[in-house]
Amino acid sequence: MSVEAPSLPRPRAVPRGGKQLVAFWQVPKILVYLGGFIPAVWWFELGLTDRLGADPMKALEHALGLWALRFLIASLAITPLRQLSGINLIRFRRALGLLAFYYVVLHLLTYLVLDQGLDLSAIIADILKRLYITIGMAGFVILVPLAITSNNLAIRRLGAQTWNRLHRWVYLVAILAVLHFLLSVKVPIEPLFYAALVAILLGYRLARSLLRERGGKVPARARN
Amino acid sequence: MVIRNRNGNDIRPSEITPRGIYLNRRELMGKAAGLGASAALAGSAALPLASLPFSEAQAATLAFEKSKFSTSEPVTAREYVTSYNNYYEFGVDKGDPGQNAHTLTTTPWNVKVDGLVAKPADYALEDFVKPFALEQRIYRHRCVEGWSMVIPWVGFPLAKVLERAEPLGSAKFVAFETLMRPSEMPGQHGLFQPLEWPYVEGLRLDEAMHPLTILAVGIYDETLPNQNGAPLRLVVPWKYGFKGIKSIVRISLVENAPPTTWNLQNSNEYGFYSNVNPEVDHPRWSQKTERRIGEGGLLAKRRETLPFNGYADQVASLYSGMDLRKFF
Repeated sequence: MSVEAPSLPRPRAVPRGGKQLVAFWQVPKILVYLGGFIPAVWWFELGLTDRLGADPMKALEHALGLWALRFLIASLAITPLRQLSGINLIRFRRALGLLAFYYVVLHLLTYLVLDQGLDLSAIIADILKRLYITIGMAGFVILVPLAITSNNLAIRRLGAQTWNRLHRWVYLVAILAVLHFLLSVKVPIEPLFYAALVAILLGYRLARSLLRERGGKVPARARN
Repeated sequence: MVIRNRNGNDIRPSEITPRGIYLNRRELMGKAAGLGASAALAGSAALPLASLPFSEAQAATLAFEKSKFSTSEPVTAREYVTSYNNYYEFGVDKGDPGQNAHTLTTTPWNVKVDGLVAKPADYALEDFVKPFALEQRIYRHRCVEGWSMVIPWVGFPLAKVLERAEPLGSAKFVAFETLMRPSEMPGQHGLFQPLEWPYVEGLRLDEAMHPLTILAVGIYDETLPNQNGAPLRLVVPWKYGFKGIKSIVRISLVENAPPTTWNLQNSNEYGFYSNVNPEVDHPRWSQKTERRIGEGGLLAKRRETLPFNGYADQVASLYSGMDLRKFF
């Protein structure tokens, strides 16, 4: 859900990795969006043609939530990837973050319409009483302002600092997302894998900021 | 128990919807819905016949009587009943048992009946079931996860097994145990063990003696596929599905409530009784409604879950005076 802030030095056009990376770097962003929607189209197609197995609603709901989490994790991996390997994909971070949001919306709509049949009293009871649904909804609510401000105009209006501070909330969203996943299943094997990924990506940031406080050696470029 | 080897000309004794008809019906429904994917649909409709993971050649046709305890609700399609299973010995994903359970060898199979009985015995499965007439019991099946099916079991009342063993006066509960065989059950070995093995379950003696409680040896008109708990499993239709222990090797009469696997895993979430009860939610999700598998696809509406899964008239008296919130 983060976007390159204008005050930060512009990323180098050619990453350290060498020439073959130049080609990837030049992939138009629209292709990331188009490619990002392939799983959604694929799963809806499976659903419409009755190929989602015994419990199609559950399968669709699960797949959309899982893809939301994957895109969220991908967007959180951009900065560590740049800092650790020099591969700079920050150009695609907004697309990945917004894809995560779009998948969260589809996941939520599947829950509201297909799972609960828009039964408002059941939905409200779920949100209030079911911790994993409370947590999921909280994550969605936090994502909304981040998605709305994922554009250049919002960055200009808010100023880079405010915008950066706002978008740090995505770390909380990632934690809420894996908690939501962990609490929704009987035995958490798959959720633990994603929880570990999020722990690594957030732990890396925490460790780096602690090191910086002590040593002050990390270049400004590596912030956030 | 009559087991005939199936050959192509056999007329099935079952009166339930034959496979071909419900597959056709699914195909017709799909076409009527105007989905414009008849080729893909025909392909998927043909799937269960070609790709069922267990060996169809080994399935034997069963002869049985119908039962007054059967529901008249439409039976869930066989492809779902045999491909959507919780059987953690073969993996935690619901598709895993259908994929992996073919590794289990169910012949020879022995069942031990012991504990507080006058006639303990170690039976070969054939001898264990021989005296009992098979009945078809079409029961609602409600999973603790919030989905349900209607399954045509073939089996016999557990009461008959217990009567044969002659429980002693001190026997108050019945304990059940699933096979422990890591070499054939991939979920029983490896790094991550979601449950303690072997899987164990238990019933109060009066629950076990209840006429609705059966041991099943088949579904539809054939012997149980491995993923459904071959060769012998418990079916207690007014309790959540996990009480229906699969691939039973031991039945013991005991004095105190025996340990049960999901209760050991999380005692706050899974009680000993685990009666279907829309008034007592799972701590993490509601039990008020359920999704009936195979009913309406993506647009299926939830159904209200019934107390004791709709069997309250027959079994509620077993629990009169008990606080079902406490004894969940």
